[in-house]
Amino acid sequence: MTTLLDPTDERVPVERTITPRPSTIKGNVAFLDISKPRGNVLIDRLEERMAERLPEVTFNRYAKPTFTKPAPEELRQQIQEANDFVVEALAD
Amino acid sequence: MGMAVVPFSLRSSAGIDVSFPGERRSLICFVKEDCPTCREVMPVLAAIHNAFSDQIDVHVIGQTLEGNETLEQEFSPPFAILDDSTLKVSFATDIDTVPTVFWTDAEGKSSSTLIGFVRDEWQALCNEIVQATDVPQPDLDWASLPEWRPGCGSLSVDPLVADKLQAEAENSPLRARRIDIAVADDEVEFMFDQGFSDGLPLVPPTPERVLRMLSGTRRDSQEIVAIMPPNMGEVTVEKVAINAVMAGCKPEYMPVILTVAEAICTNEYNIHGVMATTMGASPVIVVNGPIRHKIGMNMELGALGQGNRANSTIGRAVRLLIRNMGGAKPGGTERSTLGNPMKFTMCFAEWEERNPWQPLHVERGFEAEDSVVTIFTMTSGPTLIVDQDSRSASELAGTMGLTLEAAFNPKAHFGTDCLLVIVPEHIDTLLRDGYSKDDVRQRIQEVTSRPIRDLVANEVSGTGFKREAAAAMTEEQLARELPKFKTTDDMHIVVAGAEAGKFSGAFHGWATGEIGSISVSKKIEEL
Repeated sequence: MTTLLDPTDERVPVERTITPRPSTIKGNVAFLDISKPRGNVLIDRLEERMAERLPEVTFNRYAKPTFTKPAPEELRQQIQEANDFVVEALAD
Repeated sequence: MGMAVVPFSLRSSAGIDVSFPGERRSLICFVKEDCPTCREVMPVLAAIHNAFSDQIDVHVIGQTLEGNETLEQEFSPPFAILDDSTLKVSFATDIDTVPTVFWTDAEGKSSSTLIGFVRDEWQALCNEIVQATDVPQPDLDWASLPEWRPGCGSLSVDPLVADKLQAEAENSPLRARRIDIAVADDEVEFMFDQGFSDGLPLVPPTPERVLRMLSGTRRDSQEIVAIMPPNMGEVTVEKVAINAVMAGCKPEYMPVILTVAEAICTNEYNIHGVMATTMGASPVIVVNGPIRHKIGMNMELGALGQGNRANSTIGRAVRLLIRNMGGAKPGGTERSTLGNPMKFTMCFAEWEERNPWQPLHVERGFEAEDSVVTIFTMTSGPTLIVDQDSRSASELAGTMGLTLEAAFNPKAHFGTDCLLVIVPEHIDTLLRDGYSKDDVRQRIQEVTSRPIRDLVANEVSGTGFKREAAAAMTEEQLARELPKFKTTDDMHIVVAGAEAGKFSGAFHGWATGEIGSISVSKKIEEL
């Protein structure tokens, strides 16, 4: 682990910020199956339910080659380019 | 001597936590396996332990786990070596050498300290312990031992680990918030994410690096150097060092950066306005005096460009300080319409040796041997003054004037100041006619003087004197001539650049005077 010293005036807490959440869902939504057993089942159900509620949205399915490793760069780029949202599903 | 073993609790190789001071007098010896003298004294320590350990505590402290194990395997001592592989006890006790032996009272106060192995000293110490404890002498043939063996360097002063130990020590000069980066995280990416960066990669400000940076100044790490707007952050020497590390500075640049931080946070310089203006202003740092050579600044070929570490990173450190300590970030309180690349860094030294006149700092009231920073606020430039043809000083200074008239726009007279950087070949032309700095300034004013009539807004250019104000003026008023600059003091002149090339440069200023920014010079006191 690396330790760094804070270069700022320390009035803001250091934290990882998450991307702002939009209030509506439109465009393309990616479903990323991390390839754990039955993750596809969970995503199937999610897609059914979301398709009912969001008829205008296009859903795209992706899967990681293996759940033990981070998604390959190429796959991440592919998802990012083609989608506005991503749902990553873990199942066990 | 004043050395004392710090109170400790260390785990022995037998897995027992041993505390010092205990309830008895103690003999403590620091050892390191790869030190021949330490190996030589292992049997002596064993005999001492056998003789005295009923009456006193005998602690042998080893500096590496592996080494301790090796010593125990080879010497089978009657004691279990205490583990100081973090070196914290060695460091805090401030030993330089192993073996070092301390003889303490029951409260832990040292009465004797022996460094290395001097037979007579060790024997005398044993005699002292015999007298104090009333037990027989240890079973040692002193005559068979060497008279003298020097010790080895303690691991705690090894340069590779000493900085880390100092950074972690209780009396560490580092007080800034520590941010732990997970192993899987990339620290460079992390710094981008946190907004610490000017857009280019930063050197991670680890405690070790910051500590080394602090070695460049004698000032206390917690001294407040300046209050940095817009957030009014308290800039300590330590915060300057952290930002200097990120910028890629060397420790010897610290006195310059600290002085610049002080200078820009004055009311006259007004870094708040300089950063906030939509005009896109930025500080230009000019360094004069002996420190230029000491830290290897560039003042010759390419002085205003890239490639010299001091020039590049001093300006960048200041920029990062403004961003991180002042909070001036584009889109926040930094509102520059276009921005400008000088906002990354702009720092250079004057080539005083090539300047036939007084260098900038002397002109501004300092001694020639003083090292001084001067901060000018630029909005444009360096704009090039291209004149390869003028053969007289008046022609060349005339070209300088005509070029400078473009500052802001040609009709904007009395609006700003300038920093003129004259190159050696132009200096030679000016000198041919014996021009002084003031002659250059006067000539610039002369060739830029225009009747107000010519400076009024018109169909060619809608800026300038307001039409309605001009309409109310008399012919005499309209005929009054105004030079480009309000006073000749608004033309700062320095010398820099390569011997070849008739291309001087000029930085155009921002709103000059109380309303905006006044150039500030400050002596680097710490030299």
